[in-house]
Amino acid sequence: MIAILLKRLGQAAFVAWAVGTVSFLMMRMMSSDMAFRIAAGRYGYDNVDSAAARAVSEELGLDRSAWELYLEWLRDLLHFNLGDSLVSGLPVAHEVGHFLGHSLFLAFVALVLAALLALPVGIYSAVRAHGWFDRLALFASTILRAQPVFVIGLILLLVFALELKLLPVAGFYDLRFVVLPAVALALALAAVSNRVVRHSAFDVIHSAFFRFARVKGLSYGQTFARHGLRNMAVPVIAFMGIQLVSLIEGIVMIESLFSWPGIGHGLAHAIFSRDVPMIQGAALAMGLIFVGLNLVIDIACYVIDPRGRAQA
Amino acid sequence: MSGRFATDRPFWRCLLGMIGLCLLAGCSPNQDPDQLTLGGPFEFTSQDPSRDGYVYTRMQVAETLLDVDDQGNFLPGLATDWHASDDGLTWTLTLRDGVRFHDGTPMDAAAVVNALRMARLKPGVIAKAPIEGIEEAGPSTVTVTLARPYALLPAVLAHFSAAILSPASFHGEGQVDWMYGTGPYQIRSFEPPHSLVVERFDDYWGEPAHIESAAYLTGHRAESRALQVMAGQTDIIYTLDPASLDLLTRHEDVAVHSDTIPRTIQIKLNASHPFMAERDARRAMSLALDRASLVRQVMRVPDSQANQLAPPAMADWHRDDLPELAHDPEQARQLLTGLGWTPGDDGILQRDGERFELEMITYADRPELMVIATVVQAQWRDVGIDLSVQVVNASAIPRKHLDGSLETAVVARNYGNIADPLGVFLADYGDGGSGEWGAMGWHNDDVPALLKAMQATTDPAVYRRDAQRVSAILAAEMPVIPLAYYTQQTAVSDRVLDFSFDPYERNYRLSEMRFQEQ
Repeated sequence: MIAILLKRLGQAAFVAWAVGTVSFLMMRMMSSDMAFRIAAGRYGYDNVDSAAARAVSEELGLDRSAWELYLEWLRDLLHFNLGDSLVSGLPVAHEVGHFLGHSLFLAFVALVLAALLALPVGIYSAVRAHGWFDRLALFASTILRAQPVFVIGLILLLVFALELKLLPVAGFYDLRFVVLPAVALALALAAVSNRVVRHSAFDVIHSAFFRFARVKGLSYGQTFARHGLRNMAVPVIAFMGIQLVSLIEGIVMIESLFSWPGIGHGLAHAIFSRDVPMIQGAALAMGLIFVGLNLVIDIACYVIDPRGRAQA
Repeated sequence: MSGRFATDRPFWRCLLGMIGLCLLAGCSPNQDPDQLTLGGPFEFTSQDPSRDGYVYTRMQVAETLLDVDDQGNFLPGLATDWHASDDGLTWTLTLRDGVRFHDGTPMDAAAVVNALRMARLKPGVIAKAPIEGIEEAGPSTVTVTLARPYALLPAVLAHFSAAILSPASFHGEGQVDWMYGTGPYQIRSFEPPHSLVVERFDDYWGEPAHIESAAYLTGHRAESRALQVMAGQTDIIYTLDPASLDLLTRHEDVAVHSDTIPRTIQIKLNASHPFMAERDARRAMSLALDRASLVRQVMRVPDSQANQLAPPAMADWHRDDLPELAHDPEQARQLLTGLGWTPGDDGILQRDGERFELEMITYADRPELMVIATVVQAQWRDVGIDLSVQVVNASAIPRKHLDGSLETAVVARNYGNIADPLGVFLADYGDGGSGEWGAMGWHNDDVPALLKAMQATTDPAVYRRDAQRVSAILAAEMPVIPLAYYTQQTAVSDRVLDFSFDPYERNYRLSEMRFQEQ
């Protein structure tokens, strides 16, 4: 257990350095117009001109050498200081925190909804494998997975906001606002994960140990609860971890469609206006989230599956 | 086998839960009965007037010394009187009595001098003005001294970047932590870059606002903005995309307001480029364009085609005697043939072994520009010009102007950015005929000389005469090709009364709006 923790901590430090360095290098490579981009981000397209770009460049010292800027960032990072946004002038940690809080909340709700959808559908499909429900679930999953997530979002908007007027279209003022973006993401996630659950459960149900448990006299429900769930959980949990990558991918589109102030959207706009500290901060936060999630998954698998403990 | 159905229970429970959640959500209406909700495409990142000041003047949090009416005339704002000395070097402003900032402090000469000095620290129109000093000349009198006569000063003082905030709003080098303005609304919550909520300020010096609070939400995608108003979630949506207009005009509870604003969609081109250096080449490029169809089919605002740069509302600059710009591809081809161009095998013109191929850039901030660029691409293709279209960041236009790599660009130029269009014409044609957002590689001595003289003039008749001459030269020489006058499309829900649109986009006039009695 401690070994897992130490390993992930080392990874986190490496990710922090690597992600920041790579985003710095990438922005330098495309940054011939950095001062202009920042000026456009700050003052708007009606007011961007060379005078504004010059003022930005002087204020931020953009003509300093890349090494100097990079070392400054690295020194600040070691002091846990992410710097200030070049566009808004606010501390990056504050901005990223604001975006990240909204994204994590949305992602959490989406994941819970996805699990609530995928687990029952997947398990029932496995129990009644090759039945009409299984086929219907496969069909629906294929259709949903084939859509870009913003199409799902748009359809939900048309039905629930425009026709039924049950839910608001965009914003983030109270809990009602999270329903549509979270359901859109959850549907996209559940479309794949219900199939993973189904296969995992199918394998367990048709395994020798499952049949043995039935033979020794346990009811179906008892067998499933005691021997089925735990065995099928490991691949499902590992998969859900991987799925978070596609969650982050979908979240950029969904955040922009629903005006949700999340990290994906914040990162995209920081790239448009070459706000390097924001890009580094946002990428760093996302990188650390992946490390953190892997840790959570490791621990979950460690707790669920006794076989791994001997190695760890 | 009854135990097998145990797995059904969580499924149905979850389904019921989901339905329940939706029903619960349906119990509360989508709109707060006391809050006006607005949406538009622009984001804001700070409360600094030099950066996002327009957001706060539009939401009526911040006010300026001078106001502007729909025709571009100056009205008293926080200053009740302003006049220049005879030599034009000293302006004296008398401040309005009894004005309080949102933090309760009075707006006096000291506060105004402080706010203007802070504004001058940052890039923008006020930093470019030849101001030598801003001083208190009494408890409610401020003087501005200039290095040279500068007729644009009232327009500069009416610009959002010169909004008057209380001294407590600033710290350090003009940083604004929290804005205390003087407007009928004060900031209640500020969540950049998406949401701003303002509430009525009860000690407002003028007519208090009817509606208690207003919330602005940034909507990045034009289709979701249109959906917001159709779904009854949002009262007013600014800057609609052309594709949503048909849908919205058919919607019963929503009215679409179309207002012309002093913004012109125009083609900026590099007149020193060998293909576009001859005036006839630029005329041919203009003749190839079917502006009437463009505004009808693409922008969905019939009769908004432009025949010159200044829109009709700018009476001093707009020339009534100029004819429509004709659409005549045949004549365009003849002009180009006269310049030595002949069609190659692929239909694209060739001259001395060179293909007539150009790049056009535009930016995504105004939703119709990309579509317009592709229409220009198709229409120029028709006369043998091969155009490639690139969508870039708006800042690429001044940047590529400076490094000389710009060939053509579609831009929406805001002639009302400051209330006197002279400022924009100076920026666009003042530097030997060129400017970062205006002409490029075009050399002319008369236009900059006229513009420079207008800066010092105080006689409206002289101003008008010179403005008309500038417009005539630009129309004849065509260093920039006008396309269409911009029409601002706004969707307004039926429950909002007394909606009006400020063509200078300075003020959303929320305080004048009321809700329909229900």
